[in-house]
Amino acid sequence: MLATSPAFKQNVKGALADASLQKALAFTRPSFAGKRTAAVAALPEFEQLRDVGRDIKNHVLANLDFYLETWSANVEKSGGIVHWCSTADDARAAVLAICQKAGAKTVTKGKSMISEELAINDHLEKHGIEPVETDLGEYILQLRKEPPSHIIAPAFHLNREDWEESFRASHTDLPEDRVFGERRDILTEARKKLREKFLAADVGITGANFLIAETGSSVIVTNEGNGDLTQTLPRVHIVLASIEKVIPTLEDACTFLRLLARSATGQDMSVYTTFSTGARRPADLDGPEEYHVVLIDNGRTGMIGTEFQEMLRCIRCAACMNHCPVYFTVGGHSYGWVYPGPMGSVLTPALIGVDKAGHLPNASTFCGKCESVCPVKIPLPKLMRHWREREFERHLAPQGMRSNLAIWAWFAKRPQLYRMATGLAARLLSWLGRGKGRVASLPFAAGWTAGRDLPTPEGETFFARYARAQREGKL
Amino acid sequence: MSKENILNAIRRGLKRGPLPDDQAMGLRARLAGHPRHLIPARSRVSRPEQIALFIRNIEKEFGSVARVADFAAIPDAVAAYLAARNLPTDFAIAPHPELADIPWDTRPLLQRRPGRAQPSDLVSLQHGYAAIAETGTLMLPAAPERPTTLNLLSDTFLVVLRASRVVGAYEEAWDLLRAESPTQPGGGFMPRNVMLVTGPSRSADIESTLELGAHGPRRLHVLLVDDDPAALG
Repeated sequence: MLATSPAFKQNVKGALADASLQKALAFTRPSFAGKRTAAVAALPEFEQLRDVGRDIKNHVLANLDFYLETWSANVEKSGGIVHWCSTADDARAAVLAICQKAGAKTVTKGKSMISEELAINDHLEKHGIEPVETDLGEYILQLRKEPPSHIIAPAFHLNREDWEESFRASHTDLPEDRVFGERRDILTEARKKLREKFLAADVGITGANFLIAETGSSVIVTNEGNGDLTQTLPRVHIVLASIEKVIPTLEDACTFLRLLARSATGQDMSVYTTFSTGARRPADLDGPEEYHVVLIDNGRTGMIGTEFQEMLRCIRCAACMNHCPVYFTVGGHSYGWVYPGPMGSVLTPALIGVDKAGHLPNASTFCGKCESVCPVKIPLPKLMRHWREREFERHLAPQGMRSNLAIWAWFAKRPQLYRMATGLAARLLSWLGRGKGRVASLPFAAGWTAGRDLPTPEGETFFARYARAQREGKL
Repeated sequence: MSKENILNAIRRGLKRGPLPDDQAMGLRARLAGHPRHLIPARSRVSRPEQIALFIRNIEKEFGSVARVADFAAIPDAVAAYLAARNLPTDFAIAPHPELADIPWDTRPLLQRRPGRAQPSDLVSLQHGYAAIAETGTLMLPAAPERPTTLNLLSDTFLVVLRASRVVGAYEEAWDLLRAESPTQPGGGFMPRNVMLVTGPSRSADIESTLELGAHGPRRLHVLLVDDDPAALG
């Protein structure tokens, strides 16, 4: 997928002016957070499970080579084939080769974020193979030629009129005078159209939420059942999975299943959690005859042993973006690549370079909500701060920001001077905001005050107040 | 070789070579022992309460349950469910011996077609292997007598399940499968496919609003056979 992350600032301007997007964001925000809160409240052990999940993932990452080799050996024992791919190019070539060998004309696809990373649809189309997205949200995005704006609710930025318009434009074989009275009508039409595709497909491509080392299984978690039809009906099933998806056992999977749906959609469990192990057995009446896993690195090994290793614990639940004030202001497309929100702000610079994605870790208020809801306790704000440091060290930050930071640093290294200067600034701001406790405009900060007032200090710095409290024996 | 490249890149990051034998032994022991982690207390209740929890959770997820006294009562229960919803009385049915033994001739109008599901099937009837009370989840491992397509292609999905096969937590269901599943080609116990199903198919992709029956069944109905005296509260 071509990144527009370098144009983050322009993307944001467009998003803020997009009334339809803002409507969808405002509509969705309370329900995403509210559903998770309710599901978590109903499971008293949830907080402890987060620790267990974090520890399992850390254990896996420390032994990732062992678990991948074990998993791979077990896939092959059960009749599957593993294709190890270092780069996106390798993975695209592997998928294409399997499809060509199968003589595929149509390929159905379950929802998979790694497939967006590979831009596999474009690659297949270029070689005369028709890819069909079957997740409802991904299906309409394919019709509209848009990328997903969210990792689990890819089309929530669209309103009902958008669906109707796209269906009328694309399903031209259906009567023009048909009525879309309610959401159900949209769903029914999509179900019918996609059924034809499921039955015609020669190959089905899914992602994987987990790979189980013990059994050589891949696991998908869905609500629609499209992933299951994708991997059950065609003759060939291809799983796309990145290396950090492996976990040791089915018991480890149980912990992640308890965390995943609650964090993602606020369900206790998603509707379909399916473990696939190898190809159809001799006496089976259905299921694919070939089972392939395309195992993809695409930059992840470069994070191991660095301060970003913790990001590889991510189970792609989307809780971080669902609770992010920045995400819900600018929407997912602004981030400009596959992964939006806080997890994207950490992962994208690692996968496409901080030179291209440096804006993303800067677009954070550091409110910390993302870390507090992460089911595997990834310290997302800390990792974003590491990217800011790297960006600064590599002289990628803009000159204005660099000189301001340099001025701040000069003061910060001289504590007495720093306290004097901040004391003076606090008194000055307090005087400016007298009576109201805020100011509507400030010299040199017009960009900031254009959209909101600056709350002013009460006239004393924290240091000064702390020292006074100590003197008065209140501490 | 991509495989060696990836493994070496991981080892470089971890600042070590291949795992020393003693450490690999420890990990193999963890795999062989597959230890359980924290299991939520909600399913740690008496048998009757576990069954009640299972039913509550199925209903919470938009499924339904009919308790029947024994297998002989199933034809009536199926006929009543289909008739109440004006559904067709012909259906695809799992070719499982337990289902074949049901006295279907008491309801001659019910037309059964044993085998996998066809895309035109409106109703399917599956054999429930086990179920998990914790979240109202059915465990449906693929087998010649339990084809996967039955779970997916129909509009109305019926499942016959023995109450004695309802367990508390996911881990207990995996224990059943580990103990009972026939050895597969290659030596493992995992069937080609194991589906954990919690309610009927759904999507919230259109305006973040839930609609049932996205690609899979719109209705899920469990016929729960009370074969477990301890579960009758």
